[in-house]
Amino acid sequence: MLQRKIPLFIVFLMGFLMTVQFYIPHPVSQTLYKYVLDWMNGVASMAIVLAVGSLIMHHWRRLKKPEFALYSAVTLVSLFFMAILGFFFGIREGSLFQKMFENVQIPLQATMFSLLAFYMASAAYRAFRARNLEATLLLLSAFILMIGIIPLGYYIHPRISDFALWILNVPNLAAKRGIMIGVGLGMMATSLKIILGIERNWLGG
Amino acid sequence: MHLAADPWVWVAAILTLFIFTFLYKDNPLYKFAEHLLVGVSAGYYLAIYWHNGVKPNIIDHLGQGQLIYLIPLILGLMFFTIFIPKTSYMIRWPIAFLLGAGSGLSIPATFQANIAEQIKGTMLQPLSFYYSNAALINAIILFVGVLTVLTYFFFSKEHKGALYTTARIGIIFLMIGFGASFGYTVMARVSLLIGRLQFLLGNWLGIIPSW
Repeated sequence: MLQRKIPLFIVFLMGFLMTVQFYIPHPVSQTLYKYVLDWMNGVASMAIVLAVGSLIMHHWRRLKKPEFALYSAVTLVSLFFMAILGFFFGIREGSLFQKMFENVQIPLQATMFSLLAFYMASAAYRAFRARNLEATLLLLSAFILMIGIIPLGYYIHPRISDFALWILNVPNLAAKRGIMIGVGLGMMATSLKIILGIERNWLGG
Repeated sequence: MHLAADPWVWVAAILTLFIFTFLYKDNPLYKFAEHLLVGVSAGYYLAIYWHNGVKPNIIDHLGQGQLIYLIPLILGLMFFTIFIPKTSYMIRWPIAFLLGAGSGLSIPATFQANIAEQIKGTMLQPLSFYYSNAALINAIILFVGVLTVLTYFFFSKEHKGALYTTARIGIIFLMIGFGASFGYTVMARVSLLIGRLQFLLGNWLGIIPSW
């Protein structure tokens, strides 16, 4: 009862109320919507403790292994340092917390992602072969787009950037729309299955 | 050359170089920077979720005496029951709340954004025939593209005859779309790389004008 039926009832009740309120623009349904949105933000934010807790436990265990101990200590110290800064000294502009974010987290993140430029280029060099029509189209489309959105493309031919833009706005948009409609139908079906209790994998074992 | 005087610029520059050392091979400097990023990010989000999520949506309301906000507080605290084996099943309650409300909210929103608006934007409208020949051709290509891509994803019937041809045209549109997405992603990464190099050469070393 407590383990399965109550969660299934909560899912059904919340799912039904939140679907119905969209179609009933009444002050009561609008108030309910406001409350549930607040609650969702609050409850979902508390879920991060689980993720961080799992990270801390993982690195805590690694502290006992000499080959990982130093790196895990770096993770744990930086985690607690940032959290303490944020909790006790605030997150406003100009605070040490923001300085750490702007000068440690952002540069590290941006550099990490910029590294992918090298690996994507090398992977593309190995994987992109014009073996058949589909592969050739993929290759051409990627090449025209890359050339078209940089100034070099304009110097090669003034219409290349227009062509790249056309690829983005017409055939690419058609493909994206087809995928989006498919994804939308899938999301709606899955949401309905969850609300009606047909999909129960989230309950676990 | 005009070296930066701000110590924070030096911190950012040195950490940037630590990450770039991975281009040679995996090494302790890269591992240090990688672990630092994980720790700083986790600590950052912990504080941000507290200040922007839990505090304004639960704690502040409770502080004003709105006791109904005890419900989300209790639901949120139920996440911690996972650490007590006897009561760990109670973690399903807040998950059920989030899943139910999220699913309920997503049905009308998804229908509106992913289906109705997309179909509306794809349909050939009388106005399409008045603008210009190019606009009309583009509208027809878009319409055919969306229809054929959807046909490709229709698996309830075997792709034979007309359905095979239509699905093949759908694949052509998909390949052009994937190629465009790939090209766009590569360029986004290259632009990040340019940004980092501009930071190193401009803000840090002062060799080029800083941004």
